[in-house]
Amino acid sequence: MAILSFEELKNRCGSKSVYEVAQEEESSLSEIEVDVVRLKVLEDLTAMKAAIKNGLKSTEKGISGWCGDDCAKLRKRYRDTETLFGKVFEKITAYALATAEENLRMGRIVACPTAGSCGIVPSVIIAVAEERKIPESKQIDALLTAGMIGLIVSNKVQLAGAVAGCQAECGVASAMAAGALVEMLGGNTEEILQAAALAMKNILGLTCDPVCGLVEVPCIKRNAFLGVHAVTAAELALCGVESKIPIDEVTDVLKRTGELMSPVLKETSTGGLAKTKTALELEKVLFNKN
Amino acid sequence: MEQKSIFSVISPIMVGPSSSHTAGAVRLGLMARNIYKESFSKVKFVLYNSFATTGFGHGTDKGLLAGLLGYTVDDSLIKDIFNIVKDVEYSYEYVQDISRHPNSVDIIIDDRMKISGDSVGAGEIRINNIDGFEVNIKGNYDTLLLMYKDKPGMISEVAEIIQKQRINIATLHCDRSSKGGVASMCIELDIPAGDDIVNEIKKLSDVFFVTNVRKLK
Repeated sequence: MAILSFEELKNRCGSKSVYEVAQEEESSLSEIEVDVVRLKVLEDLTAMKAAIKNGLKSTEKGISGWCGDDCAKLRKRYRDTETLFGKVFEKITAYALATAEENLRMGRIVACPTAGSCGIVPSVIIAVAEERKIPESKQIDALLTAGMIGLIVSNKVQLAGAVAGCQAECGVASAMAAGALVEMLGGNTEEILQAAALAMKNILGLTCDPVCGLVEVPCIKRNAFLGVHAVTAAELALCGVESKIPIDEVTDVLKRTGELMSPVLKETSTGGLAKTKTALELEKVLFNKN
Repeated sequence: MEQKSIFSVISPIMVGPSSSHTAGAVRLGLMARNIYKESFSKVKFVLYNSFATTGFGHGTDKGLLAGLLGYTVDDSLIKDIFNIVKDVEYSYEYVQDISRHPNSVDIIIDDRMKISGDSVGAGEIRINNIDGFEVNIKGNYDTLLLMYKDKPGMISEVAEIIQKQRINIATLHCDRSSKGGVASMCIELDIPAGDDIVNEIKKLSDVFFVTNVRKLK
């Protein structure tokens, strides 16, 4: 039976963790052993780490000529300067940019949930795992937890900018990352879902207005912002702060907000940042060139 | 509601930058390859709507060609495909047609076969027309594809051959040009049909064409 709401997930969990229910569900759906499910998740995790590694090395720019070397700038600053928020913050922002920039240059990434939002979940899981020395098996648990959150949201609303704006891509990725982080830090099911709710509540209304239709502006930097956003949600949830609006209701609002959002702001590049004077100038250059 | 896999949200491993415009394009090419099967020297891609307008920024053109040449969605060589491909003449046409899906393509191979499909989101695809016949191939199942003369009893004859091997039919989709004209049958199977099934169906009278289309990974 498909788990269609977070309330159902909570009931299914009982004394089990979210990741345990997730791997059991996948095992029965795909008719493969739980160990094989976990091996497939490990493949994703390994590909995420490789994308970060590749992204950290490259400064190759994308089609617009605007993006591709921001991660390098950030790393230089981190080498030269003591930052306000410390190592975890530095790694999340750098890893998110590294992954999103790898995506821009047609590098190998893991869609999570989409290619445009591919930097958020990996940056949070991997940065925190490195800094807190969290073993691989717990990272797999975290990624399964993220997957379960994304899956339930996707049962209600298609995770595509064209359907519900960036809420449904980077926004949902941030909620997935928040839940994954709580799992890694030892939180319980309630705290995992609170973190996801808090993260999701604070991305409602986020539009998808990419300049020239490219997955570059504002997508790449948004990955770094929403990685950090997930940490705020996790910290709040772990000290008992609750979302007054339950997560299922927040999910319904995300869907409804997507419906209310003008098509101009849903991956059509006919409004928002995509129609600014500067964006139109770039468009002219690009389309003449191609 | 059909239950979805958790890997629909934490996968696929793919080359960027877009699941619909890059991964979906590669999978459409791969599916056309699985259908055509033979080697080829010429291909033309007709890209529609959003595939036509924003495809260049997402490597849709490269993805389609790479898929047709057998590269999978996670292959880092896709970005260099234009430098790699040899002995295949390829071209692109860009068309706006609102009667088609926003992300739609016709793949015309060796001027012999025209395969049309859509990228329907998150890397999922659907092949919906082959040489003018409606089909429904999503790449999730191994699919038997037949062209034959429309006549009574054909479905049951084919089903019997499949049933003898104890293979369950997941879905079945038929179309025809006219009564008694050329018809097509698309049969999604829970496990792949072997060569023996294909050969046995070939032997039926009035079957013009039968092929086993492998599902995508």
